[in-house]
Amino acid sequence: MSAVAGGDRRITYREALREALREALSADPRVFLMGEDVGRYGGCYAVTKSLLAEFGEERIRDTPLSESAFVGAGIGAALGGLRPIVEIMTCNFSLLALDQIVNNAATLCHMSAGQCPVPVVIRMATGAGRQLAAQHSHSFEGWYAHIPGLRIVAPATIDDARGMLAAALRSPDPVLMFEHIGLLNMEGELIEPLVPLDIDHAAIRRAGRDLTMLSYGASLFKCLEAAATLAGAGVEAEVVDLRTLRPLDDTRIMESVRRTHRVLIVDEGWRSGGLSAELGMRIVEQAFYELDAPIARVCTAEIPIPYPKHLEDAALPSVERVVSAARALVAHES
Amino acid sequence: MTDAAETPDVTREQALQLLGGMLRIRQFEDRCAQLYTELKIRGFLHLYNGEEAVAVGVMQALAPQDAIVATYREHGHALARGVPMNALMAEMFGKRTGASGGRGGSMHVFDTARRFFGGNAIVGGGLPLAVGLALAEKLGRRNGIAACFFGEGAVAEGEFHESLNLAALWRLPVLFICENNLYAMGTALARSEANTDVSAKAASYGMTALPVDGMDVLAVAAATRAAVGAIRGGGGPRLLECRTYRLRAHSMFDAQLYRDKAEVEEWRKRGPLITFTTRCKAAGLITEEDFQRLEKAADGEVEAAVAFAERSEWEPLDALERFVYAEHAT
Repeated sequence: MSAVAGGDRRITYREALREALREALSADPRVFLMGEDVGRYGGCYAVTKSLLAEFGEERIRDTPLSESAFVGAGIGAALGGLRPIVEIMTCNFSLLALDQIVNNAATLCHMSAGQCPVPVVIRMATGAGRQLAAQHSHSFEGWYAHIPGLRIVAPATIDDARGMLAAALRSPDPVLMFEHIGLLNMEGELIEPLVPLDIDHAAIRRAGRDLTMLSYGASLFKCLEAAATLAGAGVEAEVVDLRTLRPLDDTRIMESVRRTHRVLIVDEGWRSGGLSAELGMRIVEQAFYELDAPIARVCTAEIPIPYPKHLEDAALPSVERVVSAARALVAHES
Repeated sequence: MTDAAETPDVTREQALQLLGGMLRIRQFEDRCAQLYTELKIRGFLHLYNGEEAVAVGVMQALAPQDAIVATYREHGHALARGVPMNALMAEMFGKRTGASGGRGGSMHVFDTARRFFGGNAIVGGGLPLAVGLALAEKLGRRNGIAACFFGEGAVAEGEFHESLNLAALWRLPVLFICENNLYAMGTALARSEANTDVSAKAASYGMTALPVDGMDVLAVAAATRAAVGAIRGGGGPRLLECRTYRLRAHSMFDAQLYRDKAEVEEWRKRGPLITFTTRCKAAGLITEEDFQRLEKAADGEVEAAVAFAERSEWEPLDALERFVYAEHAT
């Protein structure tokens, strides 16, 4: 991230999320937050710490461990004119609310011919890297991106952690926001004054001419680190932060492909039937003749995430694997 | 429960209105069954025949600001709530003039102008929505309540238990209406629940829950009025267990192998239309001529609705992808 001189401020990703919540609660009386342990406990990842004291129990609502009921209640409250923000502890737990998310949030607007839009924001932690094993470490954002009717966002940078929530709340549609647990402690410069962000566009986080890296969330920083290494060897990677996984920003993705002619997709999800597969196919459909090499991808090993660090690390995309895949891609003769 | 021999405690006008309301549903659905065999209505068609007293009894006790969440067997709820019959029939046909623009069909009727938030075809899936609609009323300092219909089959779903607990915990204005017709599709309550007492389960979450004779429109109406009064007064959620019976098949693909014909015939004698008509006639509130007139009026409305649906246009193909996302800011 480039720092702009003057007003920039150094904060963590977690603090950026909290500031965004605070701003949303302050700006709109229809906004309220609910989820497991968001109030007294301060959030299982401490994102919502101190909000209960600031906004009170009516708007910072601790829920029972009833994912289906409180996610469904968020959907119902949205139908009733409010702007709920629902927090689910991890995306693994969101599977307990899958009925409400897929059968209600994603369908009601369409089934009612537009009478029942569902302006709810559902935030959840995603991703691995903290040795939390196979029921707290998965990345289901690509899975949710399969569902028409949902909008899927994955803020990676401090600025997006701070700015995407407001954009999600402006949307009349259900927005699922995936916050990678590996990013929560990341510190960075928040560009100030804040500029309004959207949830429609991918962003080029590093410009380059030799290959395009498509990524999002925590994998973005593995790509940026790999790109720095590659630059030392004279390979300039363009790093695209997808930001929004549904709908995908085909325009910016293809623009980058047309500049570099080589594509490496880095996704912490599994490859089979996943987001990387969708991205690759879209590029084949829309920019096949621009490609100078087969599309490559670095994804998570097709296993439930294991507990021990050496196995977890081996399962996940790493900077080394990204560098290695990028070198092979650039070496491929067109 | 109201004693069937007792003189009904209603005026002639009220009796005509309740009977007329039930007749509209009955005649509408009988025609739908016919239209189904003619392939005008497709998909699943779940008829409410035998349960009309529940929808009519409940709806007359609700106010315009109240929100309704119904099931996939919701034609009766929609009509009783005031969804125009033309829009309902056009929806059955899948026409663009339908209540849901034809996209929902029989199981997904929406009419937000009447705060009718859909037929939900996931058993138990509507309960959390009703909790949220009630939460919006409470946080918005409004006095509406959310009325949520579901069958006794939903009691086996986790969403029933999660939703009742959450509504009671937060003292939300929800009226849960369990239409206990004894069979979840073909599975009898006693074959799926270790404890078949629905009201007792609801009461265990700390809310008043009462069984009511769901075949008696006056009993349902009286119980609903009392429950709604308590809920609107800030007393938290309540549950009514309306004990009723589905006199026709679950859907149009049901050979009814799971129940005896004799059982159906026994319940038919307790049908909400026949018992209410008999009582009102015995009390001199209405005459056979009144009944004939109401039936004829309902038939006329149904035929007009069929004609409306027939002449309505299909949604153009270029609208295929509309409404997946909202077309306006909210």
